[in-house]
Amino acid sequence: MRISWKQWSQSGAPWVWINAGAVAISLIMVLGLLGVIAVRGLGHFWPAAVMQADYLNEAGQLESLIGEPVSTELVPAARLRDAGVPLNTDKSEVSRTLLKTGNRDLFGGDFRWVISDHLQQVRYPSLLMTLERREWGNFYGVPRQLLEGDKPVASFTGTDSNPQNEQSWQLLQQHIERSLAIHHEIVQIEKVEIGAINAQIERLRLQQRSLQLQGEASPAALAEIDVERDQAQRAYQQLQDKLTRLYQQANRDTLVVEAANGKQLNIALDKIVRAYRPNAMHLGQKISFYASKLWEFLSAEPREANTEGGIYPAIFGTVMMVILMTLFVTPCGVIAAVYMREYARQGLLTRILRIAVNNLAGVPSIVYGVFGLGFFVYFLGGSIDQLFFRAALPSPTFGTPGLLWASLTLALLTLPVVIVATEEGLSRIPRSVREGSLALGATKWETLWRVVLPMASPAMMTGVILAVARAAGEVAPLMLVGVVKLAPSLPVDGNFPYVHLDQKFMHLGFHIYDVGFQSPNVEAARPLVYATALLLVIVIALLNFAAVSIRNHLREKYRALEI
Amino acid sequence: MNARVPVDAPELDFDTPALRRHRRIRALKDRLASGMIGIGGISVIVAVLLICVYLIYEVLPLFERASIRPWQTGQQLSSAYVLADVKGSPLYITTEEQAEIGMEVTDTGEVVFFNAASGKIVQRHALPLPANTHITSFAQPAARGDTFAVGLSDGSALVLRDDYQVTYPNDQRLITPLLSFPFGDTPLQVQSDGQPLNYLALRDSDDALMLVGGHDANLAAVRFDKQTNLLTNEVSLTPTRFSLPQSNHRVQQVLILPGMQWIVAGEENGGLSVFDLRKADKPILSEQLSASKGDITIMTLLLGGQSVLVGDDQGTVSQWFLVRGEKKEWHLQRIRAFSRQGYKVDWIAPEQGRKGFAVAYDDGMVSLYNATAETNSVNRRLFEQSEPLLLGYAPRGNALLTVNSQHQLQLWAVDNEHPEVSWRSLWGKVWYEGYDHPDYIWQSSSAANDFEPKFSLTPLAFGTLKAALYAMLLATPLAICGAIYTAYFMAGGLRRKVKPLIELMEALPTVILGFFAGLFLAPFVEGHLPFIAMALVLIPVGVLLFAFAWAQLPGAIRHRLPEGFDALLLVPLILLLGWLCLSLSEPVELALFGGDARAFLTNQLGIDFDQRNALVVGLAMGFAVIPTIFSITEDAIFGVPRSLTYGSLALGATPWQTLVRVVLPTASPGIFSALMIGLGRAVGETMIVLMATGNTPIMDANIFEGMRTLAANIAVEMPESEVGSSHFRILFLAALVLFAFTFVMNTGAELIRQRLRKKYGSL
Repeated sequence: MRISWKQWSQSGAPWVWINAGAVAISLIMVLGLLGVIAVRGLGHFWPAAVMQADYLNEAGQLESLIGEPVSTELVPAARLRDAGVPLNTDKSEVSRTLLKTGNRDLFGGDFRWVISDHLQQVRYPSLLMTLERREWGNFYGVPRQLLEGDKPVASFTGTDSNPQNEQSWQLLQQHIERSLAIHHEIVQIEKVEIGAINAQIERLRLQQRSLQLQGEASPAALAEIDVERDQAQRAYQQLQDKLTRLYQQANRDTLVVEAANGKQLNIALDKIVRAYRPNAMHLGQKISFYASKLWEFLSAEPREANTEGGIYPAIFGTVMMVILMTLFVTPCGVIAAVYMREYARQGLLTRILRIAVNNLAGVPSIVYGVFGLGFFVYFLGGSIDQLFFRAALPSPTFGTPGLLWASLTLALLTLPVVIVATEEGLSRIPRSVREGSLALGATKWETLWRVVLPMASPAMMTGVILAVARAAGEVAPLMLVGVVKLAPSLPVDGNFPYVHLDQKFMHLGFHIYDVGFQSPNVEAARPLVYATALLLVIVIALLNFAAVSIRNHLREKYRALEI
Repeated sequence: MNARVPVDAPELDFDTPALRRHRRIRALKDRLASGMIGIGGISVIVAVLLICVYLIYEVLPLFERASIRPWQTGQQLSSAYVLADVKGSPLYITTEEQAEIGMEVTDTGEVVFFNAASGKIVQRHALPLPANTHITSFAQPAARGDTFAVGLSDGSALVLRDDYQVTYPNDQRLITPLLSFPFGDTPLQVQSDGQPLNYLALRDSDDALMLVGGHDANLAAVRFDKQTNLLTNEVSLTPTRFSLPQSNHRVQQVLILPGMQWIVAGEENGGLSVFDLRKADKPILSEQLSASKGDITIMTLLLGGQSVLVGDDQGTVSQWFLVRGEKKEWHLQRIRAFSRQGYKVDWIAPEQGRKGFAVAYDDGMVSLYNATAETNSVNRRLFEQSEPLLLGYAPRGNALLTVNSQHQLQLWAVDNEHPEVSWRSLWGKVWYEGYDHPDYIWQSSSAANDFEPKFSLTPLAFGTLKAALYAMLLATPLAICGAIYTAYFMAGGLRRKVKPLIELMEALPTVILGFFAGLFLAPFVEGHLPFIAMALVLIPVGVLLFAFAWAQLPGAIRHRLPEGFDALLLVPLILLLGWLCLSLSEPVELALFGGDARAFLTNQLGIDFDQRNALVVGLAMGFAVIPTIFSITEDAIFGVPRSLTYGSLALGATPWQTLVRVVLPTASPGIFSALMIGLGRAVGETMIVLMATGNTPIMDANIFEGMRTLAANIAVEMPESEVGSSHFRILFLAALVLFAFTFVMNTGAELIRQRLRKKYGSL
């Protein structure tokens, strides 16, 4: 049946379709955002092929280039001509490729835009390797020789694989493993053992200072401290000697490599994190490489001003902060909800309170940050320092942003979430259940403890999960009360008192902000930011789905009770 | 064999001592629990409400009035004293940094250092005046620690400086004053005709010293260029004399502006003459103005030297500074005035760390003002029986030294923490030094030392509303239309999947949206401006055309799609349309805008373009606000009783008519409250704006320019602001404003929702 435009539009159908369009757009936006983040975040760990080509550069000369193609875009030719790039086409638009050329120590930058048409003889020789280094970013090029001290132990020829190259490559991998083992040992000593001694020396200093402050600095006590300090110093000296030996061992091997422009340079093996030849990998190797990169991302410390390596400290800091926050927010939220629902007289006052608590959930998070900074950090923390940490003054212990204050601030921020969820759970429990318990002679407290709270526990769980999800993603208040871009150590370690509530910590959300916007090398860090964002999204989505399913489950359960 | 054997129920004694004890313990536990929960619950709620109280507590000192009290050392209140054996009338008084040592210069050529609180004399010096000369005038130092000068009756001037050395013998602070003559103890000749200097001004910089003085209408200006001998560190002076044009009236006071290019002279009958020395060989009298209807009693420079303060015998103090006119010509402009009618202004003492000053009137009243904030923070009659003579502000602004006409001195403590803040300076236009016109400016810090922080919250509030507005512009139609469809037309099964998915957006950390907007969306929008414009038009049109075509299809095809699944059908269509717009974007840009729409906007239309602009913020923040509005609106529409809908449909209305005439009016309070909550969220959002704009505090509604919002401003500046400073407290005020705004919004929304609930309850 055909209908005319007039009829159709009078039926209101166009409006319905427009509304349907709005839903469709919203869905596309959500899925598109998640999709872009997922693709960009997950793609980062895949070993990208390394390209070699001859490039007719801006000066009109042919030069050899090695690098990973990152992206391609079309630009108007006029704009490039204006910028002084000579073009040998008459097309109005040309395509250009962003090439990650690495070798920042040689070229000054990691990336380079090249005109795609000017690339000649694009090839993927299998000996091309990517070196992930501890400093200066990636190196792209071919290996030439492996040196043990001054003695060559392996050499490479040409740019493609041959038996000799394969053998040398195996040897190189073995040497890299050796140097990684030594490096691991060095880090262990520097971070853990020397860290412990430093903590001890600092504790002795504080002890001495507090004795002086109390006027009890007798020569005997001071001598005792001096003896201990001497011991620590000696232990430190021993470790230092050991370190020197290890460093000598680590410095033994060198790899001679050749960059794109034919220049050879020596790279010490202890500066290398990983060496791989993406062009020579088959699918299985690529997958296992992918897994190892992913594991590194989750479990390693960041390198190079957070632009490379892993995000383990940020994950740890986030989890730590969220756990502490849960410890604060759960009892407070539940008690407040129980009070408002079960004990307080229901009247105008409770209604006002309820509205107020509800509204606090809508107060901008930065306001909580301001409050946390002023009240917790400067007021409470300052007072605590005056009372208990006089010896450390003027450098503040708790009078500065830190883990404790961050978790308290976020506990305050998420308190309304827990209160509202718990209250809802309490209100869903039928009166008959309470009355039954009371009729059997239970006191109010017994009813609450044995009957009401267990029944409301899924609702509390929902509230806590939602609170955790919110806290894990909140960044603005944390910027004021405790996160840093790079924490020298984790807030939990082997030194007394083991959990350092006064320390600053790293946080996934802040990591995204910092690396994406404050980093000196944003372009190189971008894939890492996408990966971090993806991780955060997954964690929060999982938490939310858990909360939603618990809530739905709960609703079903009590619907049966109400009948 | 399950026959029941009746068993006598055992006699239970419920009143054994053990059970009684047990019951008592239970009752006690119950009471204890009630008490604990009561205390716990109330204290948690109080803690939450503490936020508001604490914010107010931090903000209130901003608006407290200042006070002047007699100075207190230990328990001892400082009282008035006369300096022993000091003859002559004081020309100038001041104190050093700690307000411990005072200095007085008298017209008999004596410089006396004394304890400012008690008047005990520490040092006294007689100035090495040439024979047969006496002091006729005095030139004040331009800033703390600068040189000052006395003018002599033979037309010369003696330049001197006070320094203070702080030592700590026996852990006690000891301040030793030093009087020095940086250019030698022989006076420098200013007026070559040997006539007395009846007025004098000096300005001292790193490479030159300038003195201006004279008598009657004859002004003489001389600049001494400094040359430091590298070996001996001695300074030699090379004089340059300016031949100034004669003033039309008798000059009474004179001042030199920084840069030594402008001289302002105060004349009898309230006139001001401005001399332009930029052409050193030909100085001109560039302006003559009337500053007062009466007589000018005193002129002085405000901190930084840009502003001239003119006090007259009518009780008015006016502020003037050089402003660039329309023809790029500098002229001295009267900026503002502080009036106390009917009293004569006796003295003005500028503060040395802020743009404030103290004024003494002839009835003994002393008032503290702040120039930029136009505030009068305190008035107090410090001189009961006598007329005030001079005032001296302590460098830290915490003390005021006064001397009256009977040469009695007294030290006063001034408590004036935040004079630069007033309602007007926070929200109104302020004419700052160096600007052409009054403006709203937020600029809280700078590298320069004598920089004046500019605290106008208006551009920040404007930025906040601008960001929120653009976000709402995107979010409102999408969220409300989406909610209408989801709640009313969508199939139930699909709805249960779609709703949580959109609500998941709400839980999405805003830092992710912000980073996405800043790193992905901003460059994308910049490169695809035609795409945005085309998508805005093509997608709705395309959807409608498709729907019309769909309606033309035979029923057999149409009915294959279950009712309420239209939205899914549109997903591929919109993706297709989006792709079409995207691929058309480049050709359209080439054809219409010469390949660069951004350059076209800037060059042809004169619209400034920032990469991180309000459009990007609107898109990203709209994204954040959509789920909030969507969720509440959806609930409101879904909550409309089905009986209403069925009634309407049964009467023959189409679904759309039912929706518009029945469902939407019933749900409208809920939708309204959804919008309010959405707006509250957009206003308080921090990370998105922080990452997706350039954070420049400008006031411009242009969609292609950035902004700075209150929340982002707090996040940027709070960590580096000094605790307790005005800046710190103003940031607290910004937080309080945000708090109040969202609180009012949310409370309003909540009340509306409660009313709605009541209404449905009756249906």
